[in-house]
Amino acid sequence: MSTQDIVDTSGTAPVCPGRRTFLKGSVATVAAPMILAPRKSEAQAVVLPPSPPVVPWAIELPPEANLLQPVAALDPPPLAWANVAAGECGRDDHPRFGQLYVNPVFYELRARENPDWVFNPAYPPQPVWGWLGSDGQVTAPGPTIFARYGRPVIARIYNELPQDHIGFGSPEISTHLHNAHNPSESDGFPGDFFSPLKAGPNLTVPGQWRDHFWPNVYAGIEQFGGIGDPREALGTCFYHDHNLDFTAPNVLKGQIGFYLIYDWLDSGNERDNSRSALRLPSPPYDYPILLQDMRFDVNGMQSYDQLSPEGILGDMVAVNGKIQPVLRVARRKYRLRVVNGGPSRFYFLHIVNAASVQQPFIRIATDGNLLPRPLHNHRKIEIAPAERADIVIDFSVYPIGTELYLIDRQIQLDTRGPDGVSLAGRQLLKIIVDREPPEADVSRVPLLLRGLPTISAAELASAPVRSFAFDRTNGQWSINNQLFDVENPSVVVQKGSYEIWELVNPSGGWHHPIHIHLEEGRLLSMVNIETGVQIPIPPENQGRRDVYVLPPNTSMRIFVRFRDWQGKYVMHCHNLVHEDHAMMLRFDITA
Amino acid sequence: MDTDDKMFTRRTLLAGFGVAALGALAFQRSMLDREPVPQRAPGTGRLPNPTVFTHEGKAVKFYDDLIRDKVVAISMTYAQCTATCPATMGNLIRVQDMLGERIGRDVFMYSITLFPEVDTPRVLKQYAEKFGVKPGWTFLTGAPSDIESLRFALGFYDLDPAVDAIRTQHANMIRIGNAAYDRWTMSPGLVRPELIVSTINHVDRSVVHTAHIPATA
Ligand SMILES: [Cu+2]
Repeated sequence: MSTQDIVDTSGTAPVCPGRRTFLKGSVATVAAPMILAPRKSEAQAVVLPPSPPVVPWAIELPPEANLLQPVAALDPPPLAWANVAAGECGRDDHPRFGQLYVNPVFYELRARENPDWVFNPAYPPQPVWGWLGSDGQVTAPGPTIFARYGRPVIARIYNELPQDHIGFGSPEISTHLHNAHNPSESDGFPGDFFSPLKAGPNLTVPGQWRDHFWPNVYAGIEQFGGIGDPREALGTCFYHDHNLDFTAPNVLKGQIGFYLIYDWLDSGNERDNSRSALRLPSPPYDYPILLQDMRFDVNGMQSYDQLSPEGILGDMVAVNGKIQPVLRVARRKYRLRVVNGGPSRFYFLHIVNAASVQQPFIRIATDGNLLPRPLHNHRKIEIAPAERADIVIDFSVYPIGTELYLIDRQIQLDTRGPDGVSLAGRQLLKIIVDREPPEADVSRVPLLLRGLPTISAAELASAPVRSFAFDRTNGQWSINNQLFDVENPSVVVQKGSYEIWELVNPSGGWHHPIHIHLEEGRLLSMVNIETGVQIPIPPENQGRRDVYVLPPNTSMRIFVRFRDWQGKYVMHCHNLVHEDHAMMLRFDITA
Repeated sequence: MDTDDKMFTRRTLLAGFGVAALGALAFQRSMLDREPVPQRAPGTGRLPNPTVFTHEGKAVKFYDDLIRDKVVAISMTYAQCTATCPATMGNLIRVQDMLGERIGRDVFMYSITLFPEVDTPRVLKQYAEKFGVKPGWTFLTGAPSDIESLRFALGFYDLDPAVDAIRTQHANMIRIGNAAYDRWTMSPGLVRPELIVSTINHVDRSVVHTAHIPATA
């Protein structure tokens, strides 16, 4: 790591909340009635029966990412303002449209029910809320978008979900492009949900569709000019629903898909002649893998406990919408992009051979971004909900016919967080090395990937520190004892400013993967708040982040900038059950 | 377990969630003396349907008479408050006012006592009158084991028994749902009342604009 890549924390002026804040009990007493203390509770939550067994390795994943093709034009053409007359919902205007809406790429994303989705042959075909692909199929997860920095995208998102739907899930959507540096009205703000019948609290009128303006600019367009600071590039993004109060069920039903962004460095072409190109394994050998924990009832139908305050921990893990599928690969290098799509399960992943021996790979990215340098000989991936990990694994070292398994060794008993690591683990995906590549593998993993943006000692010293305690107040989630208000910001920051945010988890039993919209930040330090002892940050988590996993009784300090866009954004727990129980905070960016 | 349990969706299939399965699993987490054992039916399909009593003294079936096909906002509360009453109640009074004519017609509000041992219908009636509760908002009590079953079924509980035992904690959530569509969510009880109305509007299919728009008269 070069010196300019290193965050110098020596000049920091730490401002810590009082110890009292940390130690405050999570159970606040409220006006107690004047009767005897209640007797012990006699009731208990009934443990659901486990999902019925599945047939392993009976279903194959497509050999390459299911690409969404752009369309030549949108009818009617996109406008900066909401085209309400033509059926668009009543959103705010796209900012910088005159400046950045140049040479756009158009996509149509249609949220639709597929009545006959098969998670596994042991379960009956059943409805999911996926997305219509270019092949006419509705899949969950939806088709993958390959985007490029400097090529703005207009995604026209149609809500064609059944509005008379009965059961878990609510048929309004507000599609968030997770991790991307997007203007507020296109960010998928939770209160911007829409359907033909309904307008969320932050919209003026309902509609059939909404244009999302995803300009594919790096953060820092005002600071650096052009399309921003390339060191802020993001690669592995995903789109998912953010419907207020209904995100977990809607994402579980399939409102999720991949959005991968390339640029001149990570160009998506391993045969790129440009000297600047990294030439990492590229499509079709660049393959995204989405993990979602799901629960099925005794009839094999997907279920979700809408009435539980803690949600429901899936005991099945869908890999790209299939349970225990097979992926056939060629004998060569692959870039696998592993995304934890939640809602609540943490993973401790390995790739093992038939003898359960852990296989090495190269870790190249965390969350949305490439690491400064590849991390060789990694053998595990730990990811909380919304975290991502890109790895490069070389299948050429295996003979044809080799079978490998993606396994998860995390022990997790409920939605509160991981409870340990098992010895054996369970198999999520079988990988079969089944063919020679048609062409020689010219991809590589260079010594340097993408450098980190600089944070100067002066910036660290001058950054105001804001503290956020993620806690429970009177039996409800709270942030600094405040409840979520979708209509009013809890925090207002000035555009172009930078701050140190201190994220504190004083409540005993919960892990909270905290996600901040708009920009990635940098994790500066992490402390056990009971002992005051610094917690070491593993190298794969030392770069830029958009998810900050707070284990119980920890505090972390992050440096984050707020550039380029004004308006409303959110910070929230990405355990989607916590998010749906209002563990969220609105922050606004002002001029 | 309550043999009166009713399906609350037509989609949901009940085959496997039989009495035996529930019974066998129930004691896994239970280290408590229990007689009778109120059961929480899994949220995959059923709410209990016990007989409960309104603050007007009427015996009603919880699911059949109060929930089925309705848009509902359900809170838990207690009437034994002389100095300070649950703050959520003050909020719900304002929700009642904001909902105006929709109360009792499109939206039904229920407040179930957390202390059925002492909150008789008569006590609840006095309490409701003190707050100026109007028709369409009903206070409920019943046999303690039935109320306990309802509390769990509706999600007013904490997994930690020590936290769960602080019953007054459960007075800070509002369970909001549209039973006809089996669509359920919640609101913290102490947010601005406009936000509670907005959450009700989210599940009420007849409402187009989710935000609460104050009447301008
Ligand atoms: Cu959380």
